[in-house]
Order: sequence, then structure tokens, then C-alpha cells
Amino acid sequence: MSTTVTRPADTSPVQEEQPRVESHRPTHTFARLAVVVAVWVLGWLVLRGHQTLALPGAQLTSFQSWLNDVKNSFDAARETNVFFKVIGGLSDGLNWLFTHLQYLFSTPAPGRPVPEIGWVGVLALLVFTAFALAGVRSAVLVLVGTLAFGYLGYWRESIDTLLITLLAVAICVLIGVPIGIWMARRKGVSASITPLLDAMQTMPSFAYLPPLALIFGIGTASAIVLTVIYAIPPLIRITEHGIRGVSEGAVEASQSLGCTSGQQLRKVQLPMARRTIVVGINQCMMAALSMAIIAAFVSGPGLGVPVTQSLAALDIGGSAVSGGLIVVIAIMLDRTTTAASQRGEILARAGSGTRRMRRIVLVVLAVVTVVAVYVSRLRLSAAQFPAHPALQRPVSSFISSVTDAVVNAIEQVTTAFANIVSYGLINPLQSVLASSPWWLSAAAILALAYVLGGWRPTVTAAVCEAVLLGVGLWNDSMITLTTVLVATIIVVVVSVVLGVTMGRSGRTDTILRPLLDALQTIPPFVYLVPALALFGVGRFTAIVAAVAYGVPIATKLVADGIRGVSPTSVEAAESSGATVWQMITKVQLPMSRAAVVLATNQGLLYVLSMVVIGGLVGGGSLGYFVVAGFSQDQLFGKGLAAGIAITALGIMLDRIARHAAARHGRA
Amino acid sequence: MTQTVPATEGRSTPAGDPALVVDGLWKIFGSRADKVIGTPDAALSRKELQAKTGCVTAVKDVSFSVQPGEVFVVMGLSGSGKSTLVRLLTRLIEPTAGTIRMGGEDITSADAGHLRELRRHHVAMVFQHFGLLPHRTVIDNVAFGLEVRGLGKSERRVRAQEMVDLVGLAGNEGSFPDQLSGGMQQRVGLARALAVDPTLMMFDEPFSALDPLIRRDMQNEVIRLHQEVGKTMIFITHDLQEALKLGDRILIMRDGEIVQIGTPAEVVANPADEYVRDFVSDVPRSHVLTLRYVCRRPEGGDPGRGPALQADEVVRDAARQVLAAQDPVRVFDGETFLGIVEDEDILRVVVAEEDVAS
Ligand SMILES: Nc1ncnc2c1ncn2[C@@H]1O[C@H](COP(=O)(O)OP(=O)(O)OP(=O)(O)O)[C@@H](O)[C@H]1O
Ligand SMILES: [Mg+2]
Repeated sequence: MSTTVTRPADTSPVQEEQPRVESHRPTHTFARLAVVVAVWVLGWLVLRGHQTLALPGAQLTSFQSWLNDVKNSFDAARETNVFFKVIGGLSDGLNWLFTHLQYLFSTPAPGRPVPEIGWVGVLALLVFTAFALAGVRSAVLVLVGTLAFGYLGYWRESIDTLLITLLAVAICVLIGVPIGIWMARRKGVSASITPLLDAMQTMPSFAYLPPLALIFGIGTASAIVLTVIYAIPPLIRITEHGIRGVSEGAVEASQSLGCTSGQQLRKVQLPMARRTIVVGINQCMMAALSMAIIAAFVSGPGLGVPVTQSLAALDIGGSAVSGGLIVVIAIMLDRTTTAASQRGEILARAGSGTRRMRRIVLVVLAVVTVVAVYVSRLRLSAAQFPAHPALQRPVSSFISSVTDAVVNAIEQVTTAFANIVSYGLINPLQSVLASSPWWLSAAAILALAYVLGGWRPTVTAAVCEAVLLGVGLWNDSMITLTTVLVATIIVVVVSVVLGVTMGRSGRTDTILRPLLDALQTIPPFVYLVPALALFGVGRFTAIVAAVAYGVPIATKLVADGIRGVSPTSVEAAESSGATVWQMITKVQLPMSRAAVVLATNQGLLYVLSMVVIGGLVGGGSLGYFVVAGFSQDQLFGKGLAAGIAITALGIMLDRIARHAAARHGRA
Repeated sequence: MTQTVPATEGRSTPAGDPALVVDGLWKIFGSRADKVIGTPDAALSRKELQAKTGCVTAVKDVSFSVQPGEVFVVMGLSGSGKSTLVRLLTRLIEPTAGTIRMGGEDITSADAGHLRELRRHHVAMVFQHFGLLPHRTVIDNVAFGLEVRGLGKSERRVRAQEMVDLVGLAGNEGSFPDQLSGGMQQRVGLARALAVDPTLMMFDEPFSALDPLIRRDMQNEVIRLHQEVGKTMIFITHDLQEALKLGDRILIMRDGEIVQIGTPAEVVANPADEYVRDFVSDVPRSHVLTLRYVCRRPEGGDPGRGPALQADEVVRDAARQVLAAQDPVRVFDGETFLGIVEDEDILRVVVAEEDVAS
């Protein structure tokens, strides 16, 4: 797997706009942090339980009820208001398009017991497309994967997920590639759009679900718009980067020959940036897929539905099967686009004999595909996926029993681990954060922000705290903050250990890196399944899933940092007789401090984006309200408020981390 | 400081309308560039102006003209503004002030379409880093200029094939640029420029990325092509040997300004200042100086009866005859008698060279 997937902020906006501040002596900072924490804990001992602003689950503040009213009035205005008519038109268009795609490929068309094109036809089309774009290996992969859709009993859901992902990606490409090109060619455009993209990428990814649902309502159109919004930033960025990266020499030479601006784009810039743009499409696809599952929240179709249902029913086998199919789709899409990006050049360089051969094979396959599509319209057996062998039951119960066995075998270990983390880390932290009086916690957080990052993040933090208070979710925000902090701490510890090992040993690196790359292609949702199996419902499971999601990227960053330490320094330390431990703690880690700080920041963003998803498995608090807001009408306002609160928390943590990184991150 | 072109003298400067006339050309980089010219700031040196306004003067009040068929070399140290100057000529970079006339036509006021026509048909450029398109084969790279013009595929293939043969790349038509050596890549660049059959060719340090042997090959290639196709050429280099070898005339720049314009012999014989003297100090003078610069008035005014030679004969070529002759050699510019050259005049040039070499 040659590409890394852009998740919340993989392109590290952290490196941009880093405030230049004086370096501060770490010991100094530690002392001041210790003072703030000591005062906080003392205050908590005296005042705990007072003025915590706790709000029972079903209770609403006036702001939250007002949000409910807003939603109702929006729903009422859909018929009359011009703005909503435009939005409505867009929704209707998207719904119409998607429904017809479904009639074509996945759901019985009007007047037919089956879709227009049956499974044999769909299979042939997919395999043919993979072969034409990416070659034999991808075609085989797609063949096996697509058969798995059917034999595992989720044919229709899988095709729906594929459709919604591809439709969203198509929209992203139609909008995003031109914007990227425009940005690459006009500095002013780039300067005005880049901050917007930065903001979109640092936003905890699922927090804008409720506001969008407010505007677009619930349904497929809403899911598609969401997916597009989530998946388009990496594509725009990478397209811009690709076009800008085209060698200036080539561009200048084409100008000197009198190219028009269009010729320059078509004949020079696009062909030369082609590979990069396809990588962008790959990233966009992965992001879209991870979002297409979230579509289930807004009543979208696809595999998200069985995954959420079986998670809710604690059916590990079932969720593993449906979640596994999402991974299968991810691998299919990733491999195909990656191979496609390398394909053009290989083909262009192949001898004319090879090319002629290929053309013949393509024509033959095209004929076979057309026949398959035709047959699948006529014969029921080619239209409906065969019911036998039905592998879903056996596979899911097999997985369940294996998991049970494993879980039982290591139960003591996992319970011990869970207890240690819960009693040693989560509970104390949560007590101090959530059962101190709100003003004490607020002041303490501001003080920490000031000590870590100076006055600018402190101002941001103050505004964010005001938002948390305003939406009436202070106490829940503090509980969520606890889980986020704990998960981030674990991510940092694990990734430093793994990253140092990888950075020091080339062998470990070659073994682990492909695994980490593979983990990064997995949509975040899927991490819930093993976490749920091991730890049952509860906030700890949410934390484990968030950690699993954040560790790969953070580990890679640390490993790259360790690797980047100058060999001369390492050699010098070695020659003066440093032990391995001294080498790590006195040379390699200090010299890659910037990378560790960056890893922390990224880990934090990844963990934050799992808050909502964690709500599905008992993560509680803000994440739960977002989830609940979709299923229970009267909780919509609270869900929306929770979305706002998550965003505020995210911005606050991100700003503090960035400024702290700028101050302390320079080696 | 507007320099006039010195009276023409040299190897090949046919009379007629100049191919290119540049007058008072300026390029100042920076956000407030257009506010500098016409103010006293314009007279400041590059450093002073940069300190004061943040603008960089890349080309400062440059004027010169180039005759049809001439090889005009621009040289100077890195950063002296050579690349900027040559890009100003077809407005790949927009001039801040001044005029450029090509074949009588004012380029400075041409609109975009006009400019495109000019670039498509009249001027072609060869770049230091080749500027080839990596996704196209050699033949498609060579044909690119014709494709941009809208020429049909078969026609442009035929023409491109001729050019590929001309630069000695026959057999490599189907290769991709990264499969070729640096020298071969630059031959592709050369063929691409030649393919559009331009009247003026511009070279921006085309051979400085190549190693010395290949560079010599390519220089000879340019000389051969110049003899075969007779294009007007503007050739940029920071290598004096190259300048002397190729140039009919040489323009020497420093910090954006012209320091001297002259034939190779003029520049070597009479450097305008220390900068140029430094440049030419380790040139083998006998290869460059012509008899014009070593001959002197005979004492008593009697030319004697020695053999007659022309003034543009290079010292090295004339040495044998001068040393073999009994009487001082008489030097003529056409019919006009200029002076005499004796053994010691020749030896002075050669000994000075030995001093430099040791
Ligand atoms: N786009 C630009 N913006 C600002 N300054 C520039 C720009 N291009 C060139 N310059 C400046 O103009 C001056 C002349 O640059 P130019 O590239 O023309 O020099 P050169 O003689 O070609 O040097 P070299 O031999 O290194 O190629 C330099 O000081 C350079 O820094
Ligand atoms: Mg240059």
C-alpha cells in the first residue's frame, strides 16, 4: 500500500501558521504546570460536587429546546422558503440520481422483481472496470471481493455503499479538481481557500453531522452532501499540490513555444500531475468510504445499517462480517486506484505489441461484459445472487465463537488492563475535570493553556469554554475531555514505543510499516468491532477504538522523526559509549522532539474524530448525544448542541497543542 | 546609461535591418517595482535599492541590437540578470520599462495573441534544464511546438523526424526523456526549438548542466547548425571559453547592467574595467586576439615589404607566417593599411599566456 490515507489532518496544517515564539525552558514550564494542577486538585478536594453544571440525559436547557424549535421551523419552512427550495431541489436531484442508480444496480426497479442489471452483470462491469483501469491483479481482487459481498449475504448493502461512495467521489472530482487547478493557477484564490480547507480538516470529522442534518434533513441526499464535504479537502489540496509541482522548466518551455493557457493545462500540467491527482482521488475515496458508513446515522443506505444494528445488538460476529465487507471495499478501491495511478506510464512505455495485445483483450472482455449484462437482465438466476452457499451465518458464528474463546482466554488480562487504566487514569482525571465547580475547571484550563502556549490559545480557549457553557453541556464536555485526553496519552505512549523501535531497526520498520498503512485504510468505524469484543460496552471501549485509530499515523510520524536524526550524532554518542537507553533518551528522542509533538497533535485530532463514533458503543456524553439526536426527535437539539461542543473542544485542544508545539517543539 | 552599439567589426555582421533592437530595457522585481523608474531611486545600485525598497533590479537600462545571422552572446556571473534579460525578449517575463523590436515589430506593446504568434513562429528557446515533457516520447517532444500551432499529426511527425535526424538522435524517436543522457536530452531541446523554424533562437545556458566533453560536442553542434541553418542566435553562458568560441559579439553584464559589448578580440584586448579584466585574464589570448590588436605603426612610417595579412586573422593562426617571414608582416583591413607585426609582438602575446598558465 503506497499511499497514506488523509484522515482529519494528515496533511498536517500544524506546520502552517505556526506562531513564532521564544523557546521556553521545559523545567520552568513543568514547574508552572505542577503549580496549576496542585491548585486545581486542592480546589477539587474542598469543593467537589458543587456547581458542576451536570445535566441529566433527557433534560434540555432552553438553548437546546430552542434548537429543537429551530429544527421544527426549518422543517416547516421547507415548502415555502426560497433558500430551502434551492436546498430541496438539490436534495431531490441527488435523491433522484441515487434512487435510479439503485434501480440500475442494487434494488428492484419499478415493475421488475430485480434491479435492471443483475449480479452477474454488476460483477462483470466491476471486474472489467478494474481491469481496464488497473490491470489483472486488481481485477482478480475485485472479482473475489465482489463475490464476497454476495456470499456473505450483504450484496445489496455492499453495492449501495459502493454506489454512494463512488457517486460522492464523482461529485468531489467534478468540483474539487477544477478548484484545485484554479488554486494552483491563481495565488489569490489559493490564499482565500486554503484557510477554509484547514478549518475543515481540523474540525472533528463527525461533529458537523447535526448542523447539516438541520439544513438538508435526513436521508440519502444529506448523506451524500456530508460525504462530499468530508472527502473533498484532501482532493483539492493534492490537486493543487500536483499542478504546482509540475516542473517550472516544462511550463516555461511550453510558454516559450506559444501555448495558450488551455493548451498548457491540457498538454503539460494535467498529464504531468496525473499521478498525483489520482493519489488525491484515492485519498478522497477512502475518506468518502469512511463517511459513507456514517450515512446510516442520517438514514442513508448501505453497510452502515447492518454494522450499527449488530453493534447495538452486541453481535460481534455480525458486525465483524459487515464491518469486514467495508474493509474489503476499502482494499478494492485503494488497490485499484493505486495501481491505476502507476498504470498510465507503464502502458505508455510498453512496446506496441503489448499494447495491441491489451487492446484485443479489452475488446474481448468488453464483449463478455455486455453479454453478462444482457443475460443478467433476462435470467433470474443471473439477476438474483444465489442463496447458496449462504456463508453469512457460519462465518459470523465462527467469528463469534473464536472471539468468545479468545476473549475468555485473555479476559483476566483485559479486565486487569481496563481496571488499571480506569482506576489509575480515567477516574481520577474525570473526577477532577468534571466534579470540580465549573469555574474552577474553566480557570484551570485557561491557566494550563497560558502556561503551555501563551496568551493567544488562552483567548481561544476562553471563547470555546464560553461556547461549552452556552450550549449547556459543560459537564458532559468535561467527561468527553477526559476520554479524549486519556486516549491521547495512550496513543502517544504506544506510538513513541513503537516508533522508536521502528526508527531504530530497519527490519521492524519493513514489517510494521505495511501493517500501519493497511490499518490506515480501514474506515474508523471498523475499529469498534474488536474493541467491543474485548471490552464490552462502555467508555473504555470507545477509548480503545480511538487509540487503535490514532496509533498508526502517530507511530509513523515518530518513526520518521527518529529516522531523521542525523547519523553523525548517533555515531558520536555511540563512540562515547552510550547505552541503548541513553541513546534513546538523550539523543534520539530529544532530537526528534518536533516529530513527537506533531504525532501528539495528530493523535489528538484522530482521537477527537472518534468521539462521535465512540458514542455508539457506550462512549457516553457528547458522542452519545450526537448519535441519540438522530434517533430521537426530542433529543435533536441536544445532539446539535453536542456537535457544537465537540467542535469547540476540538478547536480548543488543537490551538493549545499547536501553540505548545510551536513553543516547545523545536529541537 | 544608454550604450550605443560600437561600430560593427568582426566575423559576420551583414548589413541590413537588425534582427533585434532592445532599447532602455528594465526589469525590477518586487511589489512596488513600477514606482522606481523615473525617480532618483533608479540610479541606486542593486544592493542599495533592495535595502531601501525591497525591489531587486534584475535588468537595468539595457540597450543593444543584434544583426540577422549573428551569434550574440550574453555573459556574466550568476545573478547578473542574463536569464531575466533573455526572458524579457519574448515577454516570458514582463518588462518594467523599455522597448523591444524584433524585425521592425514592437514586441512591448503586442497583445497576448500576437505574442503567441511570435513565440509559435519566430522565436524559439533552449533551456538550461531542458524543459522536456517527461510523459512524451522524443518525437512528440520535438513535435510539441508544431502541435501547439495546430499542425496535423502526420505533418508534424515528418518535420519532427527531420529535426531528430538533424541533431543526430535518429533511432531514439520512441524513447522517453528520462531514458536519455543529459547531452541527448539537450539535443531534443535543440530539435524542438529548430522544429518551429524560428528566425531567432535563444539559448539560456544550454550546456552548463552537461559535463565538459559533452559540452564541447554540443558547442560544435551549435556551430554546425549555425552554419547549416544560419539562424540568428542569442546565447547565454557564464563560461567565457564558450562565449569566445561561439560569439560574433559578446555582451558582458554585471548586476543587471551592461559592462561591455564587443567582439571577442575587443573584449580580450581592451577590457572595459576590472570585472571584465578578471573574466578574460585566463583566456589563451593567442586564440582570440586578432592582428588588429597587436599591430603597430612602423617606425619612420615605412611599411616595408613583408607578407600582407588581414586584420581579423587570429594571432595563433598568423604566428607561423610572422615568425617565418624576414620582414615585418603588413596588416590590412581590406585595402587599408593598419600597421606591421614583428616576431616580438607575437611572442609578447604568447609569453603573457604562459605567465597566466604557470
Ligand atoms: N521572480 C523573481 N523574483 C525576484 N527576484 C528575481 C526573480 N527572478 C530573478 N530574480 C533576481 O534577479 C537577479 C537576476 O537573476 P537571473 O536569474 O536573471 O540571473 P542569471 O544571470 O541568469 O544567473 P544564473 O547564472 O545563476 O542563471 C537575481 O538577483 C535574482 O535573485
Ligand atoms: Mg540564469
